Amino acid sequence: MHIVVLTKPVPDPAAAAERLGPDGRLDRAASPSVVNGNDEYALEAALKLTEAHGGEVSLLTMAPAGATDTMRKALAMGATRGVLVTDPALAGSCVRSTVQVLAAALRDLTFDLVFAGADTSDGGGGIVAAGVAALLRLPYLSNAARIEPDPVSGRVQVRRITATGYDLLEAPMPALVVCTQVLGEPRYPSLKGIMSARSKEIATRSLGDLGLSAEAVGGTVATTQLLGTRRPPARGATQVVRGSAEEGAREIVAFLESRRLI
Amino acid sequence: MPAFWVIAEHNADGSLARISAEAATLARSLAAAAGGDSEAAGIVVAADPGHAAEQLAVYLPRVVAVADAAAAGHAWAVLAAERAAAVIGDAPDAVIILGAGPDGRDVAGMLAALGGRGVLVNATGAAWDGRLTVEMSVFGGKLITTSGFTAAGGIVTLRPNTVTAEVGPAAGTVERRSAAGEPSIPLVAVLDQVAEVGAAAPIEEARIIVSGGRGVGSPEGFDLVREIAAELGGAVGATRAAVDSGWVPYSQQIGQTGKIVKPQLYLALGISGAIQHKVGMQTAETIVAVNRDPDSPIAEFADLLVVGDLFEVGRAMLVALRARSG
Ligand SMILES: Cc1cc2nc3c(=O)[nH]c(=O)nc-3n(C[C@H](O)[C@H](O)[C@H](O)COP(=O)(O)OP(=O)(O)OC[C@H]3O[C@@H](n4cnc5c(N)ncnc54)[C@H](O)[C@@H]3O)c2cc1C
Ligand SMILES: Nc1ncnc2c1ncn2[C@@H]1O[C@H](COP(=O)(O)O)[C@@H](O)[C@H]1O
Repeated sequence: MHIVVLTKPVPDPAAAAERLGPDGRLDRAASPSVVNGNDEYALEAALKLTEAHGGEVSLLTMAPAGATDTMRKALAMGATRGVLVTDPALAGSCVRSTVQVLAAALRDLTFDLVFAGADTSDGGGGIVAAGVAALLRLPYLSNAARIEPDPVSGRVQVRRITATGYDLLEAPMPALVVCTQVLGEPRYPSLKGIMSARSKEIATRSLGDLGLSAEAVGGTVATTQLLGTRRPPARGATQVVRGSAEEGAREIVAFLESRRLI
Repeated sequence: MPAFWVIAEHNADGSLARISAEAATLARSLAAAAGGDSEAAGIVVAADPGHAAEQLAVYLPRVVAVADAAAAGHAWAVLAAERAAAVIGDAPDAVIILGAGPDGRDVAGMLAALGGRGVLVNATGAAWDGRLTVEMSVFGGKLITTSGFTAAGGIVTLRPNTVTAEVGPAAGTVERRSAAGEPSIPLVAVLDQVAEVGAAAPIEEARIIVSGGRGVGSPEGFDLVREIAAELGGAVGATRAAVDSGWVPYSQQIGQTGKIVKPQLYLALGISGAIQHKVGMQTAETIVAVNRDPDSPIAEFADLLVVGDLFEVGRAMLVALRARSG
């Protein structure tokens, strides 16, 4: 079982230091970078499956060259190797370029499954994976709460969370699955994992290596553009109520009435 | 002049999803603002699209209902994306609006790849100002950006509760079509549809959310949260701590790895307000918290904080609410 996990380095949301640079792009120096939280669930699910069925987990990342540091953290969790697509022309890429680049990189890899996270914490809309599946004509199974590949039949079953429960989906492999937190907590890297990650392979690929050109993908052909930014309106001061439970309850009801919420 | 298209989602019973009524209202107002010969239209793709299409036509002058028998036994997104792409064609100035929930996202990603269109995600507002401008909240709510497409059109995913659904001046026409041709993306079979007990109303659409955290302490503790939600006519939300403890299903989780909600009222019971939770609910119009710790982070962004035990305050609140309505 070979699984490729799409992992994106993002500014650490817990540091809350994200900001835009003067060019309107993310100022990557301002924040420490981490593996996108939702991608860790996907990686954990992939590691569990390869532990059960044998095989390997590869990471695929499109990011600036410095992303190898962040990728090492994911390798320390247990992935076998990483592929980093990096090229100066990719700065300022939009969703369309990201989809094309990841699809092109996947064409050069062998896999039974591709896993992605539900969305990225740095403003991603949870749409890249669907685009990649569409370009590669892969069966697409999203919002997964359980993933059961059957190496014998070559098919994968997925429980897809719905508004009322779940749908049981089935498709032939290779297929692309979008993972959720319900699949289980990501593991912490062990000391041994951290040591061995240092020598694991991270292959870098440029646009040229993928047969793509800067006229087709990247910042110069972005489909979207930033026009402006503003700060959200500040919330008013917090009104604090102390006292008996009855007083507290009365205050809440009065407050809701004053705002015409009840 | 651009055409504004809504690709509508439907509920399990075949009725129109609320987010699609909101998207339709937005499409209609954008078309009116763009003027000229711009039109607003909707697309419904389903095995039996009739009901949702009639409902969508209340909001839009024109609805194309594509009947596709394959939608009965297969995942919806591929069919919706392919059939909608066939209806819309390759006009570069089409603006396509979808909900920012799981189904809308799936379709948006596929449509973007099939048509090479740009996407602006998780819109918290959109306007026509000689061109389409789309607002979104980024960096955990610290910044609001305004963006546009470099081409004349593109795809927008819209956050629920961004727009208030309003019916149009007159009911629109419904044009029925049947699906033609094999989709280019493989279909995924739906072997079974399972309803889970306790699956509640979708929290993204709720006007009022009553949410519980670790402080609720147990699955039984959530009975109180549910009772208060029922009394206020709201939905039940939760933090990851409560979901991980198995007290509430994941579908109710709010935050970075759960849902992003924008209700009129968010009542947080026993929730500390960690950054990963805050990003999912901070745009609620009103935030009320009950927490016994006056220094928990939620004290910094709630409108009203009652310092106390959530069970005592919660029960007293039920009494007060019932006395009021009684
Ligand atoms: C990658 C990642 C993603 C995450 N995604 C999410 C997410 O999507 N959503 C999310 O919610 N969290 C998420 N988290 C977890 C988040 O960091 C917090 O751990 C979580 O939100 C805490 O939940 P809580 O407020 O219920 O619990 P706690 O932080 O433990 O807070 C409990 C609060 O209840 C109060 N309390 C206890 N008993 C009572 C009582 N009887 N009466 C009144 N008050 C009481 C306490 O004073 C305390 O403030 C994520 C974390 C990571 C690392
Ligand atoms: N630059 C990238 N490199 C690798 N994977 C990515 C990248 N961007 C997005 N993804 C994958 O696609 C998922 C959804 O991303 P998004 O649509 O940006 O929210 C992420 O959770 C990743 O699994």
